[in-house]
Amino acid sequence: MNWQAVWAIYTYEMRRFIRTFAQSFLSPVLSTSLYFVVFGTAIGSRIDQVEGVSYGAFIVPGLIMLSVMTQGISNASFGIYFPKFIGTIYELLSAPVNFLEIVLGYVGAAATKALFIGLVILGTASLFVDLTVMHPGAMLAFLLLTCLSFALFGFIIGIWAQNFEQLQLIPLLVVTPLVFLGGAFYSISMLPPAWQTVTYFNPVVYLISGFRWAFFGAADVPVGISLMAICGFLALCLLVIGWIFRTGYRIKP
Amino acid sequence: MPAIVETRGLTKVYEDGTEALKPLDLSIEEGEILALLGPNGAGKTTLISMLCGLVSPSGGQALVGGHDIVASYRQARRMIGLVPQEIALEPFQKVWDSVRFTRGLFGLKRDDAHLEAVLRQLSLWDKRNNRVVELSGGMKRRVLIAKALSHRPRVLFLDEPTAGVDVDLRRDMWEMVEELRRDGVTIILTTHYIEEAEAIADRVGVISKGELLLIEEKDALMVRMGRKTLRIDLRAPVRAVPDGLARYDLELAADGESLSYHYDTMGEGTGITALLQDLAREGLALRDIHTRQSSLEEIFVDLVKGEAQ
Repeated sequence: MNWQAVWAIYTYEMRRFIRTFAQSFLSPVLSTSLYFVVFGTAIGSRIDQVEGVSYGAFIVPGLIMLSVMTQGISNASFGIYFPKFIGTIYELLSAPVNFLEIVLGYVGAAATKALFIGLVILGTASLFVDLTVMHPGAMLAFLLLTCLSFALFGFIIGIWAQNFEQLQLIPLLVVTPLVFLGGAFYSISMLPPAWQTVTYFNPVVYLISGFRWAFFGAADVPVGISLMAICGFLALCLLVIGWIFRTGYRIKP
Repeated sequence: MPAIVETRGLTKVYEDGTEALKPLDLSIEEGEILALLGPNGAGKTTLISMLCGLVSPSGGQALVGGHDIVASYRQARRMIGLVPQEIALEPFQKVWDSVRFTRGLFGLKRDDAHLEAVLRQLSLWDKRNNRVVELSGGMKRRVLIAKALSHRPRVLFLDEPTAGVDVDLRRDMWEMVEELRRDGVTIILTTHYIEEAEAIADRVGVISKGELLLIEEKDALMVRMGRKTLRIDLRAPVRAVPDGLARYDLELAADGESLSYHYDTMGEGTGITALLQDLAREGLALRDIHTRQSSLEEIFVDLVKGEAQ
């Protein structure tokens, strides 16, 4: 393993994050605060409890997941797309590094950023509502697995994309709707039965439900299934990455 | 001298069926400067890209420093520095960080002294804290070279190094190539500026349509392929070449004021003595005579044209 190279890529990516630190730090704080003002206070005051938890607290896990998924995807996809776009990918391909090392560097950095933002949101949220985390270990595990798997997913998008439009396409048209309809702001049990069934085809439901279970001990679906869902998604991303690695898809003719 | 780069039947056929490089056997000696000449799209960049790992070979084998470029890609690539044709740099990165990043990719620990020496040699030291976006085009090209030298490569590939570069930088570049050669670095450059090959290369290879037409010592090539031309200016113009001179391969200028005679100094006899005597016998008075050696450029154009026919 060429760890020096992994470290070089990782620190290079993190430096970009640090360069725009104010933006990276303030935007999640601001958007979380807005969610709480709108959902937590304005609307939440008219909603009693959801599954025994105040509405303000109920939306916290969903909010964190929403940001972690989109941040993981956008950081990793941009991270690998940008060298393709400006041509500096030649450097990665001509260096004595293998694809695993490239993935570790980019995905590691993207997952770190997503994790950081997730924790910032958790911190901000705790200023607005009383939060107790029932299963801190599980909470952290879900958070880490989500950061990692969505960063991998973003990396795949970045390799696949051939222009900036395609880079935005999947996050905008697929991921955001799935997250909003994945029970970030409501409990699945609040939906009519027919829509509940539809919802179970949305993979994001399992992630948010599992993550919420780690906070409050209550969930829409059994936590074991949630864990299997996130591990399955991770495995799927790894398989695709492995295939890209073998074929040189869209990076090495 | 042992071969530092060797290819055996190395070939590339792209997915759309384009045969970018026909099976190629090539051996490059350690410490030499090889210039690959050829028109655009001839396959020069494809060859370099395969050796450097940017493109997967479709067949054949290539060794760099005895290491297979596919099976032992790490060992092979550690020996290689690549300066690409297009300027490809992260615009917001500082020069120093950019060069350090490349060194890191090659799995090497920090060596600030070496990087300083490289940047000084390329007149970039004062710019080390500048962002790439603030540099001129020539300076950016220097940064690409600095990156390629950050890990002390034994083989340096320069893909069209002086395309669109001003005269100063071109001179600097040639000097740098000379310095690297003194350190024993093997240099492979592609160019379509033939004067560049003429100025710095030890050997010249000509590639056209994915095929290596020839590879030869530059000096020998110029002697072997080079023809000399004798131009004879006449005192009074003539309408046609006099019949008495028909056995010579003479070209009459459009204005009828001069005759050109091509000859080969490597041949048995040049025929010049007999020609001059015959000119006098035909009663032609001479005003001046010139001789000219054909340049590498003319040799190259002849070769590629010959291939096209």
